Amino acid sequence: MKRLLPLFAGLVLLLSACGRSDLSTLNPQGPVADKQFDLMLLAITIMTIVVVAVFGIAIYVVIRYRRRPGQEEIPKQIEGNHKLEVIWTVIPILLLIILAVPTVKYVFAFAEDYSGDPDAVNVKVTGHQFWWEFEYTDLGINTAHDLVIPKGKKIAIELRTADVLHSFWVPAIAGKMDTNPQGNVNKMFIEAYEAGLYRGKCAEFCGQSHALMEFKVKSVSEETFKAWVAEMKAEPKAFEGDLKVAESFKQNCLTCHAIDNAPALGPNLKGFGSREAVAGIMLNRETADEPIEQAVVEEHLRQWITEPQKVKPGNTMPAFKEQLSEEELDGIVKYLAEYKLESLKEFNKQ
Amino acid sequence: MAHTVKRHRGIMDWLTTVDHKKIGILYLLAGALFFGIGGIEAILIRIQLIKPMNDFVDAQTFNELITMHGTTMIFLGAMPIILALMNVIVPLQIGARDVAFPFLNALGFWTFFFGGILLNLSWLIGSVPDAGWTSYLPLASVDYSNSHGVDFYTIGLQISGLGTLIGGINFLATIINMRAPGMSFMRMPMFTWASFITSALILFAFPAVTVGLILLMFDRLFGGNFFYVPNGGNVVLWQHIFWIFGHPEVYILILPAFGIISDVVSTFSRKRLFGYSSMVFATVLIGFLGFMVWAHHMFAVGLGPVANALFSIATMLIAVPTGIKIFNWLFTMWGGSIQFTAANMYAISFIPTFVMGGVTGVMLASAPADFQFHDTYFVVAHFHYTIVGGLVLGLFAGLHYWWPKMFGRMLNEPLGKVTFWLFWIGFQLTFFIQHFLGLLGMQRRVFTYLPNQGFDKMNLVSTIGAIMMGVGVILFLVNVVITSTKPKNLGNDPWGDGRTLEWTIPSPVPEYNFKQTPLVRGYDAWWKEKMEGNTEMPAAEPVGSIHMPSPSILPFMMSVGLFVAGFGFMFAKDDFGNTALNFLFGNHLIAAFGLLITFGCMFLRSVKDDHGYHIEPEELEQKGVKA
Amino acid sequence: MSAPAHHVDDQWPHEPEKATLEGRNKVIGFWLFLGGEAVLFGTLFATFLALRNQIGDGPSAAELFKLPMIATVTAILLVSSLTSVFAIQAMHRKEVKAMLNWLIVTVILGFCFLGMEIYEFVEYVHEGHTFTTSAFSSSFYTLVGFHGAHVAFGVAWISILIAQVRKKGLNLVTAPKVYVSAIYWHFIDVVWVFIFTVVYLMGKVG
Repeated sequence: MKRLLPLFAGLVLLLSACGRSDLSTLNPQGPVADKQFDLMLLAITIMTIVVVAVFGIAIYVVIRYRRRPGQEEIPKQIEGNHKLEVIWTVIPILLLIILAVPTVKYVFAFAEDYSGDPDAVNVKVTGHQFWWEFEYTDLGINTAHDLVIPKGKKIAIELRTADVLHSFWVPAIAGKMDTNPQGNVNKMFIEAYEAGLYRGKCAEFCGQSHALMEFKVKSVSEETFKAWVAEMKAEPKAFEGDLKVAESFKQNCLTCHAIDNAPALGPNLKGFGSREAVAGIMLNRETADEPIEQAVVEEHLRQWITEPQKVKPGNTMPAFKEQLSEEELDGIVKYLAEYKLESLKEFNKQ
Repeated sequence: MAHTVKRHRGIMDWLTTVDHKKIGILYLLAGALFFGIGGIEAILIRIQLIKPMNDFVDAQTFNELITMHGTTMIFLGAMPIILALMNVIVPLQIGARDVAFPFLNALGFWTFFFGGILLNLSWLIGSVPDAGWTSYLPLASVDYSNSHGVDFYTIGLQISGLGTLIGGINFLATIINMRAPGMSFMRMPMFTWASFITSALILFAFPAVTVGLILLMFDRLFGGNFFYVPNGGNVVLWQHIFWIFGHPEVYILILPAFGIISDVVSTFSRKRLFGYSSMVFATVLIGFLGFMVWAHHMFAVGLGPVANALFSIATMLIAVPTGIKIFNWLFTMWGGSIQFTAANMYAISFIPTFVMGGVTGVMLASAPADFQFHDTYFVVAHFHYTIVGGLVLGLFAGLHYWWPKMFGRMLNEPLGKVTFWLFWIGFQLTFFIQHFLGLLGMQRRVFTYLPNQGFDKMNLVSTIGAIMMGVGVILFLVNVVITSTKPKNLGNDPWGDGRTLEWTIPSPVPEYNFKQTPLVRGYDAWWKEKMEGNTEMPAAEPVGSIHMPSPSILPFMMSVGLFVAGFGFMFAKDDFGNTALNFLFGNHLIAAFGLLITFGCMFLRSVKDDHGYHIEPEELEQKGVKA
Repeated sequence: MSAPAHHVDDQWPHEPEKATLEGRNKVIGFWLFLGGEAVLFGTLFATFLALRNQIGDGPSAAELFKLPMIATVTAILLVSSLTSVFAIQAMHRKEVKAMLNWLIVTVILGFCFLGMEIYEFVEYVHEGHTFTTSAFSSSFYTLVGFHGAHVAFGVAWISILIAQVRKKGLNLVTAPKVYVSAIYWHFIDVVWVFIFTVVYLMGKVG
């Protein structure tokens, strides 16, 4: 049993090394990440050969040629060996060629522009300190934090930033690309094989809450996506309840946020109750297997509205601890948490 | 005609010295200071990341820590220790009595030192650089970082970079002009070769970052528009300028380590370096290719597929000369008689460790795969394997190896070996696991992370490793202290297997280095003489009067001037709530005063001839008796 | 290291600047320094080229530049390079008086260049082309201003050398100093030729 322990430990490490299927680059869930994973495997294989060769020779040499006690003779002084030197110049070149060919192939494949493809969905992604804005340019939809996409379809993405540099990264689906200011706008595409929930991150250092600038990609079926689009394009849900609270919502929240598809300073609030997280970072559920509970959303929202700096330091949302009465806060939280999209209810298990 | 020159004692001796060995020790002390600061920053970073959603430090402090850790380690920790060894050893290895420009050498050190001090004063003043060691725009612009933090970065690095540049020119001129008779280029020890190429890289890389830092400073202090997009500036331009310097910079760091390893491995294997000429060729090639690959840091910026493909291939090419070096080291040991001194343990462990950093480098070179690796912990692991597993192991090897030559005392060997194992195992624990963290989706420069992502245990292991490394470094310092109490009683060649000229003169080295300039008759000059039964080098000249440069306080004063001017520019727009101070800073009077000191000293240096002084043969004989 | 010789005036070497090890070090060191300077200006040129069309609300290069004036300053600087060559030739022949005279002419031409450049900058500022106007203006003033600062430094340096040679005479210590100052002067002249082409001619044409 004792002898098996290291083997077991190694196996556990290897398995854990594959990581979560909604996050890890080693567990690809889309064609881009898949090809990138293939390339990684090829590189790792080649590099393992090199590492094993070097380690092997090093260990052999160190053991075989160690100086024994009393050993005083002078070893033969060798200037070099042309044959050997040619070998360890040519073999690495060959190994590099094996890696270089697919590298060049995929460099061009990933640079393909699908924005003109009628079958693709065009999304303009804008990075903000510290949240993500998603504008579906052909569909007239503007949303934030959750990028909803149809599975099996190319999503043509245009990347830009509203302030500093960010980098758009959904490890399980595709590698990253920077969001630059005007003049250096980038294009990329992503695609998810199956319906599912994927974690996205900001990969370019962007200030205090760089670590907390997360987003989610919700890959849904074609029908669900169509329903979602229709729902998002429709008039927003009316504010229910007290008129005073409705006015307070308008005065306090809608000066920076929008509930329809208009552009705004802060993240769009439409369908807030269907979001995977509040402020991108307070997860309403851990994985897609769990339901999104309204109570959790409410709790997160309450915390965010009253103490946004504590949740996400350096963000521009003002704290509404003093400005809102308990009644107003309750009303606003309830309205937003209850604002669930019918189309996503199944996906969200709500 | 000997001029009487006032020889200083005590602290004034160190402030005015132009002796390359003493300047080397000053570099070592300064390097140790900054390395210590950077190390403490590293430990604090790792403590913050020990568990998910930790609040040991806040986000702002964390960003300051990572920025200062990177900047300090690269510019202020690694560079001076390299320059320390270059200063002490290179003139000795080529049989020179001094460097080409002793005065400039001192100036280089003091500007470097005051630049570093200025940068680190940001901690005391309380506005610390926080935009990362790369200071990408717009994050580093006044709009998004409006404390003085980034000003400390631009001005501190400009001043210290000036010092490094001066050092680079000095070593190039020294190696070109000051070699002893018979010491042709193809007989130079590998460390000298590496120093030569590194100096050339410094010369051609540092001016680029100087310009970059000036532009950034102009943007921040004087309203320039280089990186201000609304007025037509371009933020990607900064990245190009930064990395066209930044990539050669990493070769500036690693090449001297290559040189150290070559010398140490060959000495302790009692064998000539295998494939010397291909080693030289590989070093030159790496230096050259180092300038062709900067955009591989920018694959995710969106340079387009053509640029990405070209820079991918260019980057992969670097693996070829590096591979040549690795195998040459292995085959130097092959058939040798390997002695496991602490120095050699560091050197031998360098080889596989650096290979691991190298292969991940090739993986990163593949642009499409780099879209996944870029800006994750995979990259953090990669460059720590090359810089810690490469350079730092190399520096420890070099310090153990040349310590007796620098100080006349040998570091404690058993303690050195314990230190090695602690540091090496700690290093592997810290960084090996970080490759996987990156692949699992942990991006770099994050002050915290959510739980349940599979990051928790690995981060814990990494932090434990970092603490082990910290303990290792403390043990090394203990070793230094213990050693300093031992008597200085070493011979010229304390390892017994020395191959190069530094082992033909007393330890520690007298101020004039060589009583008689040696005559070099082949590669591994001293080994060759030993094998022919000689007990000392043949001399190229009779014993005679030796001319020495005078000590001078001017380099120190010039650097103080730049230091003062730096503060003057930085705080020109601040309101101190004090009329006198506002007047002095606001009208750039402080800045002008600082520049006046610097240029005034420069003027003095130009008009006042330095005749130096002579050490007469009688004095040499007396010293000879004493030794 | 051999002592600086003061007593070999009767045998003036063919290349006095390289007669001592100090002199040789100085010359090689200075060439290396110019290598670094070349990278410095190269980076500034690259920056200018990247930003030169970003004129924002300010005037364009074609509107600003007046070629006759630029051609004049170019001629002045080129001539000053020639006069510094004459100075070095005189130094090699050990004609101290002639050398000093040519150096003085060089300095005067340097001052003329600086004066015209300052006049040019003042004009531009009046036309709304200030350092903070646009990315083009920032990179223009930085590149041309850096060169101007180099000229100013050179003028001051050569002036100090003139005074030194007057006081101490021309010997194996002062000769290398004069020689490297001349290399420096040629270097900033070459940089100006690039500025003339890249900034002014290209600005006028495209």
